[in-house]
Amino acid sequence: MDSIQKGSSALQVDLHPPLDRRDALVESERCFFCHDAPCLTACPTDIDIPLFIRQIRSDNPQSAARTIFSENILGGMCARVCPTETLCEQACVRQDEGAPVRIGLLQRYATDHFMESGEHPVERSEDTGKKVAVVGAGPAGMSCAHRLASHGHQVTLFDAKEKPGGLNEFGIASYKSPQNFAQREVEFVLDIGGIYLQLGVRVGADISIQKLSDEYQAVFFAAGLGDVNALSIPGIELKGVRDAVAFIEELRQCEDYEKMKVGERVAVIGGGMTAIDAAVQAKMLGAREVTVLYRGGQEKMKASVFEQELAQKHGVKLSFGVSPEAVVGDSGKVMGIQIKRDMDGKSEREELVVDSLLVAIGQRLHSELGEQLKQQGLDLSAGKINIDSDGRCVGSHFWAGGDCANGGEDLTVTAVQQGKVAAESIHAALTAQES
Amino acid sequence: MANLSSEFVGIKSPNPFWLASAPPTDKAYNVCRAFEAGWGGVVWKTLGAEGPPVVNVNGPRYGAMYAGDRRLIGFNNIELITDRSLQINLDEMRQVKRDWPDRALVASLMVPCEEQAWKDILVAVEDTGADGVELNFGCPHGMAERGMGSAVGQVPEYIEMVSRWCKKYTDMPVIVKLTPNITDVRFPARAAKAGGADAVSLINTINSIISVNLDRMAPEPMIDGYGAHGGYCGPAVKPIALNMVAEIARDPETADLPVSGIGGITTWRDAAEFLALGAGNVQVCTAAMTYGFKIIDELTSGLSQWMDDSGYTSISEFSGKAVKKAVDWQDLNLNYVTKAVIDQDSCIKCGRCHIACEDTSHQAITQSKNGERHFEVIDKECVGCNLCVTVCPVESCISMVEMESGSDPRTGLKIDRNYANWTTHPNNPSRVESTS
Repeated sequence: MDSIQKGSSALQVDLHPPLDRRDALVESERCFFCHDAPCLTACPTDIDIPLFIRQIRSDNPQSAARTIFSENILGGMCARVCPTETLCEQACVRQDEGAPVRIGLLQRYATDHFMESGEHPVERSEDTGKKVAVVGAGPAGMSCAHRLASHGHQVTLFDAKEKPGGLNEFGIASYKSPQNFAQREVEFVLDIGGIYLQLGVRVGADISIQKLSDEYQAVFFAAGLGDVNALSIPGIELKGVRDAVAFIEELRQCEDYEKMKVGERVAVIGGGMTAIDAAVQAKMLGAREVTVLYRGGQEKMKASVFEQELAQKHGVKLSFGVSPEAVVGDSGKVMGIQIKRDMDGKSEREELVVDSLLVAIGQRLHSELGEQLKQQGLDLSAGKINIDSDGRCVGSHFWAGGDCANGGEDLTVTAVQQGKVAAESIHAALTAQES
Repeated sequence: MANLSSEFVGIKSPNPFWLASAPPTDKAYNVCRAFEAGWGGVVWKTLGAEGPPVVNVNGPRYGAMYAGDRRLIGFNNIELITDRSLQINLDEMRQVKRDWPDRALVASLMVPCEEQAWKDILVAVEDTGADGVELNFGCPHGMAERGMGSAVGQVPEYIEMVSRWCKKYTDMPVIVKLTPNITDVRFPARAAKAGGADAVSLINTINSIISVNLDRMAPEPMIDGYGAHGGYCGPAVKPIALNMVAEIARDPETADLPVSGIGGITTWRDAAEFLALGAGNVQVCTAAMTYGFKIIDELTSGLSQWMDDSGYTSISEFSGKAVKKAVDWQDLNLNYVTKAVIDQDSCIKCGRCHIACEDTSHQAITQSKNGERHFEVIDKECVGCNLCVTVCPVESCISMVEMESGSDPRTGLKIDRNYANWTTHPNNPSRVESTS
């Protein structure tokens, strides 16, 4: 674990400091260049990890980055946010000795180097004149748009927000992507040409799905999960209660952390990455006490062990087996939360004094969009779009990927892969139409 | 505690580690620091004839080859012999020998191939109280262009002639330093012996271009845009040096000729290997230039520990002990059969043994078993080549195990425990009858 930065300045400091050239050369030497490498198999985007590490080792980060970008155009962000400890690094054959090759940091070294060079790793094929709509400018949408553009198609990339990037821009903790990296990466992706941004346009409201279907030869949905799950307990309407997604979004767009009001005693309800991201950032903003209240046991928590430890190292208290029953307040403002603690088959009730409550109990497809997709004949289950292995929406002529689609974990790297796979499927379909 | 004291051609030193003639022994200041650190002796940086000293380049004179962590594994130089005046060197040598009487001080010499020149310098050196001389017939760069150094060492007749002159004009032990830049090191060694030399030391540096600057399109180290070949040394040359030392040690003509072993010695183990192959003592340079004189503590304590552990009380007890085991290929036992065995418990499943064998050798290692990643030797294909052992990143994970009975599944031949080599093999057109 890297040293722990505290205070709001930590929000703009990389959680894992980048490797310099010398560190990268030494670290890359540790890679055994395995045959049929387990790390490669473990990477959702199939990056040829042994090859790019060998390229770094021969002091050729530019080629290393091309190897990465050829499979994952968002390799820069993935190097920052991937839970490498459960993916490539866990598969590393040096894991058993307790020190896997630091693949994530090596990937960052190569991609940072490349992005600073101002070059673009992929050349766009000749314009095909074919138009594709991509709904959502998050990781899945950008990945899909980029791959389609590389094949020469014209992509219109819609996003409901005024800024592209999706969760990379609005949803992840700022210490995972400081110095405005998400926007720099968007610019990098768009450099290929052939991608036209349509921001502030909510598909399903500002433009109908039918219209997209009529005007474009293919449509890819990567709209993410636009609604948050509501917590139905008394007092939830009190001032000081808000959803964690909105809190993180405000924080990510905030230019002066001094103006962010976070409260002295903060409780976060939930057990996923969003809960942890919100809790750690609340602590960094200056909250005295931050407690994550999770219903299940520690082993059930969706946030990884690494994330849990990160929170604890920042002084966040993790409380398991705790269900919120009511928010209590005075003069319309939150003063505390009544919780039920289940331990050894017994239940205890207590009240926790808080002045701020963040709710992070999951997100779901934007309801309006969901309704319209259903009307178009799409198959939805568990509030998400069902897709096949090519990213095609079951029962329709659309494609989908990212968090709004079922299958895979809700990770940036999974979204990138789904976007890429769908783009190849769309490209194959568009090419087949021709012949 | 093992006794590390050494006597080489009559020259005594408290341990067998001398600093080779090179920059670390160019001045009294450096040599005194080395002696303070514990080095057994030095071969003083090569002296030239009386007169204006040589000049060195004023730009980079060293270049390096690195392993991953910028660990220096190969080193080259274009430095010449001492560029200080002969008299200053002689005065310093005299003083140092007086101050450090228990340490070996040998003068390295390089003068033109004229009898008078050698006579003059030998007289001057003997007067300093030095313990011996080493004739630098090895330096491959710069001085060789002037007919000295390796230019002499590459002509056995010259070696013999100069050795003879030296023995004529001094009673000091004469050590001839050999160049590896020849085809068969036994010939210069025999010539040194024929000339009466007391010992040979080897190897000097190997002719080399360490790297090419691809921006400037010139060899490095680069002097004003140009580079000259230099002398290569350091850990990477050790195998070449070991072989040359062994070649001389096992040559009947030079078997009794003392050898001072030089070439990439970095740790006590390197030194012990040279000693085992017949060296009477060793000389070190690159390791000292890389890490400083303090490494002597590791060299002496390591050698001493190993000797204690192995039951040796003095260096002479194991010096040359491996020479008999260094044989010609034709003497190797062709009935000896080994198979690689992979220890599944220590295997980390990197697959390097498989791909090395599959792509470049004998297709004798599996990559999966019941759909799982699994690496196992196929005895029917394994020729026992040891490639898998050398590429495996885990020490002792793969071992070569001798087949002691049964038959070799690859050849179908019954294991024969009798020794039989190529000289009597049926496939050898020039075979002789087996005597066994």
